[in-house]
Amino acid sequence: MSIVRPYGDTTGDGMVQTSFTLPVPPGPKAEGAALQLAGKMGIHPAMVVHSHGIGTGFTFFVVYGSVTHLVDLDAVEVEERDYPLLSPTEVNGAIKTRLHRKLVVMGACIGTDAHTVGIDAILNLKGFAGEKGLEYYREMDVANLGAQVTVPELVGQARAARADAVLVSQVVTQKDAHLRNTRELAGAFREAMGESRPLLVVGGPRFDPAMARDLGVDKVFGRGTTPGEVASYLVSALLPEEVAA
Amino acid sequence: MSARLTLDAGLVTRARELAALAAQPVIDLAGQHTTVSVERAVLRLAGLEGTDPVTGEGEIPWVNRVVDVVREQVGLEHGVALPVWHAIASGGAGSLQEVAEQVGAGTARFEVPTGGAEERAREAALAAVGAGLSRVDGARRRREELVATHGDPPRRPWIYLIVATGDIYEDIPQAQAAARAGADVIAVIRSTGQSLLDYVPEGATRTGYAGTYATQENFRLMRAALDEVSAELGRYVRLTNYASGLCMPEIAALAGLERLDMMLNDAMYGILFRDINPIRTFVDQRFSRMVHARAGIIINTGEDNYLTTADAVDEAHTVTVSQLLNERFAREAGLEDWQLGLGHAFEINPTVPGSFRLELAHAMLARSLFPDAPLKWMPPTKHMTGDVFGGYLLDGFFNLAGMLTDQSILLVGMMTEAVVTPWLSDRDLALRNVRYVLDAAGGLGEDFSPPPGGFIDTRAHTVLGEAVDLLERITADGLLPSIAQGTFGITKRPADRGKGLDGVVVKAPGHLDPATELMEAAL
Repeated sequence: MSIVRPYGDTTGDGMVQTSFTLPVPPGPKAEGAALQLAGKMGIHPAMVVHSHGIGTGFTFFVVYGSVTHLVDLDAVEVEERDYPLLSPTEVNGAIKTRLHRKLVVMGACIGTDAHTVGIDAILNLKGFAGEKGLEYYREMDVANLGAQVTVPELVGQARAARADAVLVSQVVTQKDAHLRNTRELAGAFREAMGESRPLLVVGGPRFDPAMARDLGVDKVFGRGTTPGEVASYLVSALLPEEVAA
Repeated sequence: MSARLTLDAGLVTRARELAALAAQPVIDLAGQHTTVSVERAVLRLAGLEGTDPVTGEGEIPWVNRVVDVVREQVGLEHGVALPVWHAIASGGAGSLQEVAEQVGAGTARFEVPTGGAEERAREAALAAVGAGLSRVDGARRRREELVATHGDPPRRPWIYLIVATGDIYEDIPQAQAAARAGADVIAVIRSTGQSLLDYVPEGATRTGYAGTYATQENFRLMRAALDEVSAELGRYVRLTNYASGLCMPEIAALAGLERLDMMLNDAMYGILFRDINPIRTFVDQRFSRMVHARAGIIINTGEDNYLTTADAVDEAHTVTVSQLLNERFAREAGLEDWQLGLGHAFEINPTVPGSFRLELAHAMLARSLFPDAPLKWMPPTKHMTGDVFGGYLLDGFFNLAGMLTDQSILLVGMMTEAVVTPWLSDRDLALRNVRYVLDAAGGLGEDFSPPPGGFIDTRAHTVLGEAVDLLERITADGLLPSIAQGTFGITKRPADRGKGLDGVVVKAPGHLDPATELMEAAL
C-alpha cells in the first residue's frame, strides 16, 4: 500500500490541523478568507475552529479539516546529506575514540574582509541559531585568528599549530573577492604543504556549496550553516567511521 | 507578602564575605588600568560625536581616531583627557571638535602637560565631562518625571519582549505593537558580531544581521518612539540594550545620555561567551557600571547563559556564585539594590523527575538571597526542541514558577524558540500564556511557603552550600585563575589571552579619567 492520507482518528480521514495569520481585521470576512486559503491548500471541508484578532489589522486562525491530497510513498525521495548530523556529544565521542587527541581547528577571515560575523557564529561559544559554536566542543582545540589575516600568515599558523582543519569565512564579495581569496588560499596551502595540508573549509552567504572542487577546497558552506553542521562535516571528512569488514 | 525561604543566615553572610574577597583583587586591577574604550567613553561624555569622513569608508568615529592618535604620540598611560584638553586650554584648538579635525588633517600634536598647564587641562577636562554627566543626570530626572506622569506597570513581573529586525525603522513599529500588546520592557537585540567591533557605529542603521546595531541615533529614535506609546498607554515603557563587548563603556555612556532604562551588563559574559580578554572586561565593566549607577539604569546580568552550556542542576551553584559576584561588583560601582536585575533561568531538562520543584527551589533561592533586587527570570531555550506544543506548556510552567516565586522581570518565552525568529502570532500566543498565568495565579506566592526541611528548602540550601564551597575555592585560587580554569560556563579563559587585550593600558601616576573621578566623588 503506497498511498496514504493523514490520520486523525480513522484510517483515510485525511485530517490535518494548521494555524496561520492573515493581515485582515477579525470578522466574518476574515474567516471567509481563512477558509478560502484552506481550500487552496487542499483542506476540504475546512473548519475555522478558532480565530482572534492580533492588534487591529491581523487575525490568527486555527483550522482543522480533511486534505484532498494523497501521499504516494513510492514517489518519496529523501535528500541524503553525505554526512550524518551529529550532536556535540557524538562529535566529542567520535574524536575521542577515533583520533585519541584533540581535533585542532583554526578559523580566520582572510584578505581585507573585516566581517568576522560568519567565523564567529561558527566558532564562538555563543554560537548561532541556538547551537553552540565549536569552542563548546570539549574535544576540539579551536583558535580563531579573527579578521584581515593574510594567507601566508594563516598557512604559517596552521602549520605551527598542526591544524587538522582550517575554516575561513568570507562576507565581502565585491568584484568576486571571496572567490579570488579562496583560490589564493587553496593554492598557498597546496604549495606549502601539498598532500599534508589541513582540511580546507570556506563559508559565506554568497558561496555556492557546489563550487568546492572548482575553488580547490574540500567543502563550501552557504548561508545559514550552523556550527553543528560544520562539526559533523569535520568528523565525517577527517575521522570516517571504519567500514565494517 | 510573597514567598521567601528562611535561609541559613550564617551561610548567607559567609557567601557575601567570600564574594567580596574574591572580587577585591579584580576591582583593584580595574583601578590600575584603563582601556581604549574607557578613554573613548570619556570623549563621548564630553560631547564628541561623528565619524572621520576620510579614514576607511568613513565609518570610524572621531573618538576612536583621537584616542588612537593620542596613544601613538604620547601613550594612554596618562589618559586621553590631559593631552586633549591641554591642546584646547593652551590655544592649540578651539574646541574638542577642532581637536578631532586636526587629528583628521594629521596636524594634531599632543603632549602630556605638567605643572600649571596640567592643572588647566585638568580643570577644562572636568568641566567638559561634567557637562556630559549633567546631561546623564537630566535624562535620569526626565525618566523619573515620565514614570510619575505615566506610571509604572501595574504589577510585577514586568513583561520583557525582544525585537530584532536589523532595521531600526522596522523595529520601531514592532516595539510599539509589542508595548500595546502588553510589553513593559522592550529590548532591541544587537546585530551579530557587534560585541567584537572595536568601535560604535554611527547613525540610524538598517542593515543589522539577526539584530540591530546599537548606535546613539538608534537609541534616540527608539526611546522617542516608546515615549510616544507610553503616553498613549498611560504606562512608562522601558527600553533595554546591551552594554557588553569591546565598546561596553561607550555604549553605557550613550545609554545614559539617551535615557535607556535597562542595560544587559554582566561582569563575566564577554570573557566567557565572546572570548574578550578578562582584564579588558573587568576594567570596562567597572566604568560601565559606574555610568549605569549614575544614570539610574537597571542592569541585567547574564547568568542564564551558563545554563545553556552547563547542566542546570549540576551547575546551579555557579549561577548563585556569579549572582553574588555581580552583586559585589555592582555595589562597589555605586549601583543600588533596585538596579540589580540579577539573572537566572528555567533551563532544567523537563524529563528530569521533579524538574519543576527543582526550578522552584533555585528561583526561591535567588529571590530569598537577593530580596530587594529586580531579578530577571529567563525562559527555557535549551530544551525547546521545535515541538511547539510541548514548548507552549513548558513556557506556561516557566511563567507559573515566575509568579509563584515573585520574579521581577520576566522575559517572555516563545514556543517557536530554536525554530524561527518570533512571528507576530508567536508573540501574541506567548503573551496570552503570560496573561493567563498572571490572572489565574498572580498572588499565589502568599499561599506558598515550602516547609523548612522539605524538598525545596533542602535543595535551595544544598545549592547555597555548593556556592559557598566554590567561592572558598575561588578566593583561594583567585578569580582570574578560576576563570582560566573553566569554572563558569565550562569555558577556559586565561587572563593573558582573548580579544581586546591590546587595548588595555597600565595607568601612570597622575592618570586622569575625569568621568570616573567625577562619578566616584558623587558616590
